[in-house]
Formats: sequence, C-alpha cells, structure tokens
Amino acid sequence: MKTFFRYSFALLVVGLVSCDPEFDSPVTDSGYFSHGTADFSKYVAVGNSLTAGYANGALYITGQENSYPNIMAQQFAFVGGGEFRQPLMNDNMGGLLINGAMLPGFPNRYVLSAKPDGSSPSPKRLEGTPTTDVANHLSGPFNNMGVPGAKSYHLGVEGYGNIAGLATNPPAANPYFVRFASSDNATVIGDAVAQSPSFFTLWIGNNDILSYATSGGSGVDQTGNLDPRSYGGNDITDPNVFASVYSSQVDALTANGAKGALINIPEVTSIPYFTTVPVNAIPLDANTAAGLNAQFGAYNSQILPVMVQMGVITPAEAAFRKINFAAGQNFPITRDKELTDLTNILQGPPFNLPAQTATLLGQLRQVNGDDLIVLPASTVIGSMPDPTNPLVVVGVSIPLGDEYVLSKAEQDRVTAASTAYNATIQALAGAKGLAFVDVRSQLARLADGGIPFDGGMLTSQFVTGGVFSLDGVHPTPRGYAFTANLIIKAINRTYDATIPTVNVGNYGTINFNGTY
Amino acid sequence: MKKVLTVLALGLSLSVTYAGGYRVSLQGQKSLAMGHTGVAVINSSESVFFNPASLVYLEDKLNISAGVSGVFSNIAYQNSDTGDFVRSDSPMGTPLYLYASYKATDWLSVGLGVYTPYGSEVKYEDDWVGSHLVNNIDLKAIYIQPTVSVKLSDMWSVGGGPIYVIGSVNFNRNLNRTLTDLDGNRSNVTVDATGITNWGWVASTLFTPAKNFHIGATYRSEIIMEADNGDATFQNIPDSPLTPFKDTSFKATLPLPAELTLGMSYTAMDKWTFAFDYNRAFWDVYKSLDIDFADPNIPDSNNPRNYKNSSIYRFGVQYDIAKMFTLRTGYYFDESPVQKGYFAPETPRNDSNNYTAGVTVNIGDHLQIDASFLYSHFKEVNASYDHYKESGKPVPFGGTYKTNAFVPGLGVTYKL
Repeated sequence: MKTFFRYSFALLVVGLVSCDPEFDSPVTDSGYFSHGTADFSKYVAVGNSLTAGYANGALYITGQENSYPNIMAQQFAFVGGGEFRQPLMNDNMGGLLINGAMLPGFPNRYVLSAKPDGSSPSPKRLEGTPTTDVANHLSGPFNNMGVPGAKSYHLGVEGYGNIAGLATNPPAANPYFVRFASSDNATVIGDAVAQSPSFFTLWIGNNDILSYATSGGSGVDQTGNLDPRSYGGNDITDPNVFASVYSSQVDALTANGAKGALINIPEVTSIPYFTTVPVNAIPLDANTAAGLNAQFGAYNSQILPVMVQMGVITPAEAAFRKINFAAGQNFPITRDKELTDLTNILQGPPFNLPAQTATLLGQLRQVNGDDLIVLPASTVIGSMPDPTNPLVVVGVSIPLGDEYVLSKAEQDRVTAASTAYNATIQALAGAKGLAFVDVRSQLARLADGGIPFDGGMLTSQFVTGGVFSLDGVHPTPRGYAFTANLIIKAINRTYDATIPTVNVGNYGTINFNGTY
Repeated sequence: MKKVLTVLALGLSLSVTYAGGYRVSLQGQKSLAMGHTGVAVINSSESVFFNPASLVYLEDKLNISAGVSGVFSNIAYQNSDTGDFVRSDSPMGTPLYLYASYKATDWLSVGLGVYTPYGSEVKYEDDWVGSHLVNNIDLKAIYIQPTVSVKLSDMWSVGGGPIYVIGSVNFNRNLNRTLTDLDGNRSNVTVDATGITNWGWVASTLFTPAKNFHIGATYRSEIIMEADNGDATFQNIPDSPLTPFKDTSFKATLPLPAELTLGMSYTAMDKWTFAFDYNRAFWDVYKSLDIDFADPNIPDSNNPRNYKNSSIYRFGVQYDIAKMFTLRTGYYFDESPVQKGYFAPETPRNDSNNYTAGVTVNIGDHLQIDASFLYSHFKEVNASYDHYKESGKPVPFGGTYKTNAFVPGLGVTYKL
C-alpha cells in the first residue's frame, strides 16, 4: 500500500509538471518556419524616416515600436532572427530639444483633436514640452539605422551625426543621426556596415524627390548636376548621383555576403499629402463668379493677348493663364513661378499698371485638374488674411502661393527622377540576387480603390484610410505593418523562406487626443 | 504527458470532469472518481447533488461530505499564418462542495448542499492577440440547495428542493484590436458584478427494480443570472471627445443551463459497482452575451454565443478492494456546446475525453478520506470565433487551440 501511495504521488507530480498542452506541430519549434537561403541572425535596416518609424510628423517611441523593421524583426525571430535594437526616443511626444531648448523645425507629433462636443476632428500638434534632447548621446550599435530626413547621398556624408553641424546654416548634420552616430565623423552607411549584418534592408531615395514635391516644387531639379554638395534641401537629386551612391551602399552592405531586400520609391500621387485637398476647393455662387470674371476680364481679354502680340508669351501660355469662375466649385488662382514674369512689363506701356496689381498678375494663373494641392494648403485656401476686408480671400482675390501647388510640369520632374531611381533599384536587386520590393505599385493600389484586409479596406484616404498618419506622408502602424508584409513576402519569394506575415488589422491607425 | 497516458493505459486511476461551456463537473470526489456518475449510485451524501431521491436509502443516520478540487486548466493557442502563440496563465481554480443529509424517519431524509457547478477562470497574457475578445474572466456561481428525500416504497423514492444561487463575474477585455492611449497602452474595459442572486430547483427520482440495480433521473432547472448594476471600468482611454468611454454601470444576463441526468448502476459480487450516467445540458438558452452599458453614449457589447444542447456520456467502476480501501475509475465523453464559428477563447472547449480515478480510505467506522484525479484531454482543434465585428464587418478570430485540465481533488466523508 505504501507503494501505491508512492506511485500515486509520483503520478500527481508528473501530471502537474507536464500539464502544458503541446501542439502536434508547434509554431515555436525551430524549423516550423523556414529561413530559406538567407540568414536573419543580424538584421540591420538602413533608410530614412520610413525606416525609423516616423509618423504623424514626428519620431516617438510607439511609432518606432511599429516601424516596419521592428515588425519584421519580430517575425524574423521565428527563423533565427536575433535582437533588434532601435535608437528609441525618450517619449511619445516626438519633438526634439537641443541642450534643453526646443530645436526649431522639430515639433511634437500630430494627434487628431476635436471640438469639445466631438465635432470637426482635425490634426493638431500635441502640446507639451518634449524630453528627447539630441545632446544625450545613445550608445549603439543600433539595428535600425533609419534617419529621418536623410537623402540617398546623406548616408555617406561624414559629420552627418556631428552635433556641431546642427548650428551651421544650412545645417550640415541631422539631429536624429546626432543622437546615435558612433562618432563625430561617422557615416550612416559606415555604422550599418560595421555591424556586419547577415541581412539588411535598404529603403532610401524617397526624400530625393519628396521634399521637392511637398514644397510644391520650390526647389530645383538638379538632374545634370553631379555635385550633391551644391544641392538645396528641396531639390531633386540627379538620377546618376542616386545610382552612384545607391550602388556603392549596396556594395558595402553585401561585401561580407549579406542577403537583403531593396525597396523602391512610391509615386507621390499615392499619398494623401497630395490627394486630400481638392483642386477645386472654392465654392462660389453665380453673382460672385460673375463679379470675379469682370475683375479678371481685362487680364483675360486685353493683357494676355497683347503679351502674345508683343511676343512675351506664347499663345499656349496665354490660354494656360486665363482666369474663369463659374457657379459651383472653382479652381483657386495661384502664382506659378514657372510662368513668364510679367510684373515689370505690366508697369510699363501700354498698361502702366500700379506695382501692386502688376505683381498680382505677374505670374498669375488658375489651378487646373492636372495640378496637385498639398495638404498644408487646406488651412490657407479660402482664408482671409485681412480680417477687416472680407473681399481679400486666398485663392480668389489673392493667389495661392506657388509652394502649395505641385504643377503638372513639377510632377513630371518628380516622376522622371523616381522612375530613374526605381530602375536603378530594380536592376541592382536583380544583379545582386537581392529581394526587390515593389512598394510603388502596392501604394498605387491603395490609392486606386484600396486593398482588403480582415477589418475592411486599406486605402490612402487621409485620416480614415488606415494607412497614412496625420502628416499625410508617413504610414500609421497599420501602414507599416502592411509594408513589412510586402517586404516579408518578397524575401520569402527570393530566398525560398516561409517567414510568417503579420495581421495588419491588429495594428493601430491614428490617435485621438485633446480638444481645440 | 506521455507518462500520464501510459499510467492511464495501465488502468491505474485517472479521470476528469471539466465539462463543456462553463460547466464544472466536480461535485463530489467519490462520483468524480467514477467519471462523475452518481444519479443511480447510493453511496454518500454526494447524492444531494447527483440524486436527492437516493438520500433516503443511505444506511447511516447522518452523512456529511466535503471536498475541494484544484483545477489546473491550460490553453495553448497558435496561428500558423502569423506565428502568434500564447499559453493561458489561468490561476488554479478551487471548486468546493459540502453536503449533509439526515435521516429523519425511515421514509424521510433531509439534506443541504453547497456546491459550485458553474464557473470559469481563464487568464491570458494582457494584450495577447485575442485580447479584443478576452484578457481574463472569472465567473463564479455558488448553489445552496436544501433537500428532502422521500421513500415511496423500497423500490421508488423521490427527492428535490429549491436552489439559491449567489454569483459573481469579473471580465476584462480590450475595447477593440487597436485603440490605445497616446503611450500605446491598449484601451480596455473591466465589467464586475458581485452578489448576483436567483432561485432554481432540482427534482429527482430513483427506482430499484432489483436489490443490486438502480435507475435514477435528476433534473436541475435553468437559472438566469441577471447582473443589473455592475461596474464597468474603462482604462487607457484616449483623452478625447472622439471616444465615448467613461466608467458606468452595466446590465448583463448569463444563463446557468438546465441539466437532465439519466443513469443506472449495477452491483456485482458485492465488491463491484458499475455506473452509467447520461447528461443532457440545455445550453441552447445561451444565445448571446450582451453587455448593456448604462451610459447611452457607450455602444452596447453584443457577443453571439449560440450554444447548442449537448450530451455527456459517463461510465464509472468501483471496486471495494479491502475493508479499508475502495478504488474507483471512470471515463466520460463530453460533447462541446460550442458550434462552428462560435469558438471564443474565453471558453475554448471542444469535445473532450475525460479519465478519472480515485480512492477512498476508511479510517475507522465513521470517517473516509476521498481522493480523486481527473485528466481532461481535448483534441487539437482549428477553430474560430466569427462574430466579432469592426464597423459592422465580421472579423473572425481563429487559430489552433489545444487545451487540457488536471484536477486533483480531496474530500472527507463522515457517517454516524
């Protein structure tokens, strides 16, 4: 009987310690998912704000946690992926300080705010003093080498992470890289390569066209200029410069045999920054339209024909510059710096216009259906800068600034450059046997109808589409999860791997906070 | 686990009673050890639960049984598309029972039972992939049942009594799959209600067509637990007029279904007793778990369950090995009331095979120690809950589940 009790007790102990149910084929078993022919033990992600997890116009912790490289690293863990370190910000506000003072140009994140009764939801910058000071240096190395604001050629610039470079005009350094550069003269690509990644992703080149586009074409198309040191912040990078720096970066990252994925550059027309504000945002009744047409009658029927007669402008430009309003939705008037500037001519004979009127008409045209109006124009179009004079309305009686309109000609430059960059990216991926991720075509699908997921439809609709954050350019966590899945699928195809994707429906979209 | 199964195969003693839905069949160590049979077994005051009509045939004047079980239940979930994997972290449940019967006259016995036939305690890691359905739930119901047992003849008796139930529920889940505050903390709600009470009843009968053969039937009524002023506490809600969630009260109802048991027992060669019970649980009363928040701005939570009636088939054997020892073993097959597409992680129960065993040790003429063990084995199952909605669109939550339960139990029986 003693034996019986002994066995019973042993049985009980065995039962209780081995009681976890085991699957026939647990996903946690090594080998359940395959790494294929790639090695994910050391993953390093190189890129710009998209790689960093930037969203809502700022970089902050929860955004970084939902960066596509961090999402991918969690899935790589099923196939031998190692630790993934990110240079986390200090808070979820997102703004930057330098030595305790606000760093100009780096405010807090956007949140969706509303009136106290819940009406009129609108993106507003989060109030409060941020706590991330770029003077607090983080010790790396970091697997996420995404540096917001970086263009292709910046990745190889020595001193891009030197805090002294923030004080120059224009700044020679990037405050995000300043936080974690390995030394004052370190380069982004150098710090990435020094980690000897076994696997990498490279997504760079977006800013080489994007700042030109978001500034309404304020910069210069530098195609033909091979010296990036002479470029301004809003310029388009020469495609040969891009090809040169990009291929040297890929060479550096693959020098030790690392596998990787190259991600191409989306079309700007895919993102809500350019598609949210309608081109014909001005509602007019018939009387107002008639009155405005009378005001611009002389411009249409006398000034423009005379300018053609004088050989100052072509008939095509004259037609392009005509102003016409009608009852209903109307295109705003705008100043287009690429039109022939008539300001001085109009002040002379035969018109002898006063300087103010001549300036108004000097590069005047009406927006048309081929233009794109940028998101910040939403608070400008229809505004009345002079509260005492209700007749002064932006877009109606005073032109919308050139920086708010991306014209067809400007779009064509952006498209030409990005098409060239993408040809380089795809060709290099093919030549090096790297995974090629066609984000461009997928984002175009989001903008054109959307892509279904288990909770509905992902679209590029601003605020409600689920993919884009409140800055209109950078993804939400759900958008980054979608991106991570695209990259994982390309990796699986290229390297014969079976890395599991994530469920994008489990990733959040925009954050509500506060009232205004 | 393999070792346990080997031991089972050798016929040592193992058995399980962890039934479908949130029914917890642990209402007596002697009965549990025999596959939780007992509607036709005359053995102890456990009959207060299993069949009150049997009490009047107990030989002793006073019979008291009390016991407790330790429920170790485990749930593993995985999704082979995403690699999501989680194990539940449920605390040990400790269902109790206490029964007493007293033979007032030759034809009348009175009794009292306190037991916990319904309950569920499941805890997942907070914010796990199914956290929009449940983070944790603790459901308790204590039945208090005064009982009479009347002998109509040596062959036929009846019994029954009213049941007073005291219940409580505490349930936490995230509000949806994604809502967070500014720091990324998931928005969630806890509904908590205690002191919920209601009445029900039990009635039973026992036939004894031959000295060693009994047939019994017990019906226990359905009891609807209505929480009408519970607390709903919302946490990590964004500070915004765009989210309506504020602490409020709530109303909800949860049915404790009726159960009909039919069974028989046969005693052979004095030492062997064989028992068979059939349970029919009327789960179809559980249509939907609806939480009605008092604050009109907060949308009510409707969670279709659509359970179906289900059956349990129980078999038990008892062997009086010596004056001092009685051995028992049993098996039951427990049909899940959960229908396809309604497999929610708060009670992820598919059909189960259950193995029981136990021993009673007589210490003198008046006292017995009753030990039992139950192992519930659920087959690995691919299942989903398809009735969670986002913006009116169903968003199924599915994957592979594997669950089991180990339930050691200890009790005492006192006879005078």
